Amino acid sequence: MKQGRFAWVVPALYILFLMTPIYWLVAMSFKTNLEITTRFTLFPETFNLDNYVKVFTDERWRAVFSNSLIYVGLNTVISIAVALPAAYAFSRYRFFGDKHLFFWLLTNRMAPAAVFTLPFFQLYSAFGLFDTHIAVALAHCLFNVPLAVWILEGFMSGVPREIDETAYVDGHSFPSFFVKIFMPLIASGIGVAAFFCFMFSWVEYLIADSLARSAVLPITTRLQALSQASGTDWGVLAAAGSLTLIPGAIVIWFVRNYIAKGFALGRV
Amino acid sequence: MKPVSQKAWFLVAPVLLLVAFTAIIPLMTVVNYSVQYVATNAQFHWVGDLWYREVLHAEKFWNALWRNLVFSGIILAIQIPLGVLIALNMPRKGWGVPTCLVLMSLPLLIPWYVVGMIWQMFGRVDIGLMGVMLRDFGYNYEGDPLDAWFTLIIMDVWHWTSLVALLAYAGLVSIPNAYYQAARIDGASGWQVFLHVQLPRMARVLTIAVLLRFMDSFMIFTEPFAVIAGGDPVFLSTELSQTVELGQRAAMSIIYFLIILLLSWVFYTVMTRDDGEPIQTGGKSGSAS
Repeated sequence: MKQGRFAWVVPALYILFLMTPIYWLVAMSFKTNLEITTRFTLFPETFNLDNYVKVFTDERWRAVFSNSLIYVGLNTVISIAVALPAAYAFSRYRFFGDKHLFFWLLTNRMAPAAVFTLPFFQLYSAFGLFDTHIAVALAHCLFNVPLAVWILEGFMSGVPREIDETAYVDGHSFPSFFVKIFMPLIASGIGVAAFFCFMFSWVEYLIADSLARSAVLPITTRLQALSQASGTDWGVLAAAGSLTLIPGAIVIWFVRNYIAKGFALGRV
Repeated sequence: MKPVSQKAWFLVAPVLLLVAFTAIIPLMTVVNYSVQYVATNAQFHWVGDLWYREVLHAEKFWNALWRNLVFSGIILAIQIPLGVLIALNMPRKGWGVPTCLVLMSLPLLIPWYVVGMIWQMFGRVDIGLMGVMLRDFGYNYEGDPLDAWFTLIIMDVWHWTSLVALLAYAGLVSIPNAYYQAARIDGASGWQVFLHVQLPRMARVLTIAVLLRFMDSFMIFTEPFAVIAGGDPVFLSTELSQTVELGQRAAMSIIYFLIILLLSWVFYTVMTRDDGEPIQTGGKSGSAS
């Protein structure tokens, strides 16, 4: 289809709009606090890395970054592991209550986190899991398991059913067929689902904040505590904030062709 | 048609157990609280629908709901047309495609709290670029509720318009070339092509975009919390987290959840309506020229 000669202006302006606040954050991370608060400069006067040095050498910053990565990683593994067989069931069979179940999973993806913070606190406290990585990882399954099931089901439905039947005729058992033949076929789907689970767990704030308070403090809770305190160290805050953009940037590179599909729960 | 097999339940069982633990038990706790009064000595007293009546008669609940709906309405009115406009003008081949996809997705993958923090810093009248630029026009999101609204809306546009654009783009690139050729033969103008070729073919992805954007903007909490720390405007989720009385909070949660459930049903109907239909092809003949 034909586009105007100056069509590129629209995405270019839009991307400029997207990049400006991010630039401001990154630029601030290279400024000294004196420069931030007393002089208004578009570019850092000198590129000083002090703020990053402070983040990397401070035990507390290192701890919150690793805490977040641990529960996000755990959640991704759990979500994919349980979602794989379920997605297969939804894509291949009809069974009693399948439609209702599929819908019910979706309602969990759409559930407002604010509704769950209070009961989560009580549930995980009752099991002695409050303030542990696994608590946040399990709680994030609330929206990530449905997401993974829906995305994987979308990919699996694209694989013809004849492949399953041929494999069974060839004498494969279900586990052997599933791991050796089927999973390689939907490898890209598993990758997309895993990256989206990683991402939605990484960006979530409210649930993580309510379940991990002191021992396994997530990065965003520390940012929150520091950004709303008086006498904020803007430079360090900007440096730590800039670092939280990196996992997202890595994820985008891997899923760049599936972003729309992932966000639309595999239905595009 | 898919074969019927009740053994499929074994494959679904792990998900069922896990989601029961993360969703059903907590929800039942909420239901339990919503019909009881918890006294200071941790004694539970049955109060029936008292909390529900109280919430539904509370002005602050309706105000929060109203603000949520207005917010979602404004968000949709801006993001959907803007997203379509961007998608129509995105490059279709060459190095521009991955560049656009990657750069435009970046805001979608930033932790929500950091999104709020970025805009808090960007909008501050003492140290933020936007704040300093608009300072002379009397802009100050910390003091003026209208400016706070403005900041939250522009932040959400910044955060989520890419999602609409990427979905619309996915719909656009799936249109076979033959459609455009037919339109050219008929002498259709650019506007007519948009109205009669592109828009109908984007209808499904745009419906998904509208629903996703509506749901997520309806549940918004973290970003406004980061920018204005629970000040005005107060949304449903903010109201919920600020309610101290256990029963009242639980009743409000259930009402909130029921609204979401209704919306999810609409969403589900749309998403699964076209499942199982044969994929329409037709690009083969058109792509040759």
